[in-house]
Amino acid sequence: MNTKRRVVLKTGGGLLALAAAAGLMRPSQALAQEWNKAAFGTRSLAEVIKALGGSGSTESAEIQITAPDIAENSAVVPISVESRLARTQAIAFVIEKNPSILSASFDIPEGTDAFVTTRVKMAETSNVYALVRADGRYFHAVKEIKVTQGGCGG
Amino acid sequence: MADPMRIRASMTGEKVEVRVLMSHEMESGQRKDASGNLVPAHFIQNVTVSHAGKTVLSAQWGPSVSKNPFVHFRFKGGKPGEKVTINWIDNKGDRRTDEAIISGG
Repeated sequence: MNTKRRVVLKTGGGLLALAAAAGLMRPSQALAQEWNKAAFGTRSLAEVIKALGGSGSTESAEIQITAPDIAENSAVVPISVESRLARTQAIAFVIEKNPSILSASFDIPEGTDAFVTTRVKMAETSNVYALVRADGRYFHAVKEIKVTQGGCGG
Repeated sequence: MADPMRIRASMTGEKVEVRVLMSHEMESGQRKDASGNLVPAHFIQNVTVSHAGKTVLSAQWGPSVSKNPFVHFRFKGGKPGEKVTINWIDNKGDRRTDEAIISGG
């Protein structure tokens, strides 16, 4: 066995642990460049939650979705989500009838408002879920957005 | 390399309001070209926004975020004159980093 390699590994791990303990590096920063392939390949809200590490989700009136009832341009549908749930840690946009239903997932660090706006493409009329992780648990709100012409086929 | 992002960061009361418009095709992988071939997916996968060495927003995206993506959010702790840095990386490994100075409210 290459003992030097073991030593390096040990030291490296120790440093990381120290940095984490000192609050220099948050887990979200360490994982910033990772992409959750499994979550983006899912077909249902339940699968998305599972791929993100949750076990279920509760509907909540504390999550507000602001989006048009009818999308004027299905390739550019503006959606805002705001959560009033304490300790909101993440907000995800899930479009039930899209080929890849998870559209975007935002990590909300402490100090950042539990609010985000983005624009998405919609294949057809669909329920749009705002999935929120707050204090380690998942909550959601839903809104139907009507589409007259799909945005994914171009 | 992709065109620069257009970033607006300004004070709204105690908070920094950030609006960013990125320049990217965000090709869904569902679209066919003129000869009927599928155009391969090409989209931004990771976005990180940082201020004063701290991540203030990070995101993972799929191919259904619109072409030339737009994001709007707010964070606490910034002051006019300070920098906000945004970077993205797409599924082909292309990346881009841009900065903006926070303006007064």
